[in-house]
Amino acid sequence: MRRLGCVALLLASVPCIASSVPQPPQRGEELQITDNEIGYYGGALAVGQRSEPKTLNPATAADAPSREVIGRLTADLIHINRASQQTEPALAKSWTVSKDGRVFTVNLRHGLHFSDGQPFDADDVVFSFAVYLDEKLHSPQRDLLVVGGKPINVQKVNQYTVRFTLAQPYAAAERIFDSLAMMPRHLLEKSYNEGKFAQAWTLNTPPADIAGMGPFRLKEYVPGQKIVLERNPYFWKADRNKNRLPYLDELVFLFVGNEDAQVLRFQAGDTDIISRLSAENYVLLSKEAQTRGIELFDLGPSLEYNFLVFNLNDLASKKLDEISAKQAWFKDLKFRQAVSFAIDRDGIVKLVYAGRGSALWGNVSPSNKFWVDQALPHPARSVDHARELLKSAGFSWRGDGQLVDPHSHTVEFSILASTSNAQRTKMATIIQDDLSQLGMNVHIVPLEFRAVIDRVFQTYDYEASIMALGGGDADPNPEINVWLSSGGTHLWHLGEAKPATDWEAQIDQLMQKQMVALNYKERKQLYDQVQEIIAANLPYVFLATPNILVGAKKNLANFKPAILEPTTPWNVEQLYYRNGNGSSPGATQ
Amino acid sequence: MTSKRKVVAAVIFLLALHLAILLAGFISPYQPATQNRDFPYLPPTHLHFVDARGHLHFRPFIYQSVARPDSLYEYTEDREHAYPVHFFVSGFEYKIAGWFPSRTHWFGVDAPAQIFLAGTDGYGRDQFSRILFGGQISLAAGLLATVISLLLGLCVGCASGFYGGWIDESAMRLAELFLVLPWLYVLLAVRAFLPLHISPAQTFLLLVAVIGTIGWARPARLVRGIVLSAKSRKYVTASRGFGASDAYILRRHVLPHTYGTLLTQAAVLVPQYVIAEVTLSFFGLGLSEPMPSWGNLLANLQQYNVLVSYWWMFAPALALVLISLGYLAVANAFQQRLQSGSI
Repeated sequence: MRRLGCVALLLASVPCIASSVPQPPQRGEELQITDNEIGYYGGALAVGQRSEPKTLNPATAADAPSREVIGRLTADLIHINRASQQTEPALAKSWTVSKDGRVFTVNLRHGLHFSDGQPFDADDVVFSFAVYLDEKLHSPQRDLLVVGGKPINVQKVNQYTVRFTLAQPYAAAERIFDSLAMMPRHLLEKSYNEGKFAQAWTLNTPPADIAGMGPFRLKEYVPGQKIVLERNPYFWKADRNKNRLPYLDELVFLFVGNEDAQVLRFQAGDTDIISRLSAENYVLLSKEAQTRGIELFDLGPSLEYNFLVFNLNDLASKKLDEISAKQAWFKDLKFRQAVSFAIDRDGIVKLVYAGRGSALWGNVSPSNKFWVDQALPHPARSVDHARELLKSAGFSWRGDGQLVDPHSHTVEFSILASTSNAQRTKMATIIQDDLSQLGMNVHIVPLEFRAVIDRVFQTYDYEASIMALGGGDADPNPEINVWLSSGGTHLWHLGEAKPATDWEAQIDQLMQKQMVALNYKERKQLYDQVQEIIAANLPYVFLATPNILVGAKKNLANFKPAILEPTTPWNVEQLYYRNGNGSSPGATQ
Repeated sequence: MTSKRKVVAAVIFLLALHLAILLAGFISPYQPATQNRDFPYLPPTHLHFVDARGHLHFRPFIYQSVARPDSLYEYTEDREHAYPVHFFVSGFEYKIAGWFPSRTHWFGVDAPAQIFLAGTDGYGRDQFSRILFGGQISLAAGLLATVISLLLGLCVGCASGFYGGWIDESAMRLAELFLVLPWLYVLLAVRAFLPLHISPAQTFLLLVAVIGTIGWARPARLVRGIVLSAKSRKYVTASRGFGASDAYILRRHVLPHTYGTLLTQAAVLVPQYVIAEVTLSFFGLGLSEPMPSWGNLLANLQQYNVLVSYWWMFAPALALVLISLGYLAVANAFQQRLQSGSI
């Protein structure tokens, strides 16, 4: 088939749309040259996915599986290199920023084509942004594109230049372009104008009607089983020898279910890559890495942070008297400090992450080298110190060791943990044991994930919960919703009309300042202060972060997993098989 | 073995098992919730009788376990020091059958060594102690729920069979409804409605009540059948002729016929309800940590790596299988004697 396709290509010398044979570089086509190891064409890469994507529509997809597939079908203007964590040109060849930091002029690469062979230019960019910014569509990306309360203004300057104007300066604004998929106007404008955009590009759309700028294009969807992507023959990257990427013929997403099932499929050789491994499964696989021809990678701490949060919400309007009574303890900084001092973080790392994780005392993971505040104290565990703190806050102990508050009420509370995350339940069990040493009577309430979210975000009917945040970008800006007192993920106290405490007001100011500060040094200084205030006031009692653990077949070359999502397939266009599946040297295409 | 001997063996075995579980505090060397964070997934401690020099000891001894450096959950024995197993040692305080406080334990070793006869779980908790204490919960749930079911079944069955008419009609239709009920989903639904701040003891009682209440239908139908046949006997009619009251007839002439069936039902229901508790806890809907129950202990096996790496985590399943087999053997014997008319 492939050979036939090439013959047809030679005879007709017109783009052969039906075949996915890589097209030779065209005149005037500004390809991006990558510096990876030069590979061979051929082979298919199978990846396991926990659930099926819900849609292939880049502007409506909110779930991780959908975004993972869409990320391989589409491309962005400016991209965050997952390995270096820095931005780099993608569909944009270059960009300039005005002195006041408000106007971005982006120059597109010339002569590029969508995966259906149609040209890509500024009209597609303007169309894509119009879609993302459309209020009626409720695109999850819209929030990012509203700066200073106003949506970004997008203007076409000429066929290959687009100008973006922000209402106010925004630090590291180029990072917001990452993962914003550029969509083909010629395929989607009609449904957009008819108001049917949200129904476009579902899983049942014929592959011919879906096109993107990503390394692959849709070939087949088999419900309940898999999504097969094939090479985009017009992809805009090439290696040093001008071989158009990607090397792989196909990328297959198998729907596998939970992590254990993924491990089994990987062991059986059905999938070639496995990401998000738990430490126990990592150890299990590493015992047979030699015999099975697989390689495992421990990339160090992730950006995710697990924490214990106490319910500090305003409960006046809710009928939750029992919880409001307990808030007297939770609101006492000394109580939170005592809890923090009593928790055995090393024990958590050892028992929950089998040693492959790091204890945390702040919200920034030690692997986030650009932003972590190295001066943050890491106080050692001390039950004695915790007891002193409780004593000074007026707590005392009964004869049987039970802690009682100044009004002689026994200190007893429950911690919510999601049943879908065995690791967080395990953390809760360890914390329960640690806090029992302070005489606190802690119950663990395992609930289904949605029920936990509902209680934490909507009904506020909980006392404490173990949650995790972070893991997206290394930059502080995507975290802004967690720290601003008005933010949507300001979990410990949602919906504050104005900052409830002085330190929350301080965080608000600092976060807003760093958002408009344009140089890194100044931002870092401001963000360090934020981290210090958070660590001192403990709205979250930080626990630990797991290492990112991944595995791949040994003969997969150019495999460079990164701690930023997507950890493994982010450079899928550069992957190739050293032997076996792929045979023909790239240079001879 | 003759069938009678088999039954005797099963009964003795069951009694021994129940006694061991009742005396969990005495037999367990450690508290079930104590975490030894340096020894997660430690395999069962070996009991030695022959020392490094080849000498035979009549008192068993153990070596202390130490984690192998640069490995995960792998341990070796430190052969430098032998720790003999002592009997009737002093340890943590417990209450025999919930009443009599004591500190004496059946066996133990001197610190710093620890003896884990069935290994440890992911928190380094003694699996042997957890199985015994967990058995208290699981068995108590089974027995209590059985009592509730049988009492309910007896009352409804008697009323239905004895009085007939609309009472019989409505009770039996209700029984049919309960029989077709997918009980697992009902339990899940009931559990979801429980408030957050419920203590482990309350959870346990509710669990038992729900499990017991759902299962009344089958015993009720059986009892009804027996009552129906018993009340038409001639001596009942005679008794009525002498002016006996309903209560007297029920107590004197009818109920004694149901005892055999109730006993058989009990022997069938107990293991069934123990398994029901295990199922609920397995799905995380029973007792919460750190209370052990056989279901909680088995829930660890949901993780693939535990399933394939740590064989001693299957021990609660063995206990569950043995106790079920014991009860079913007894139920079988009752059934046979019932059919031959000796009870």
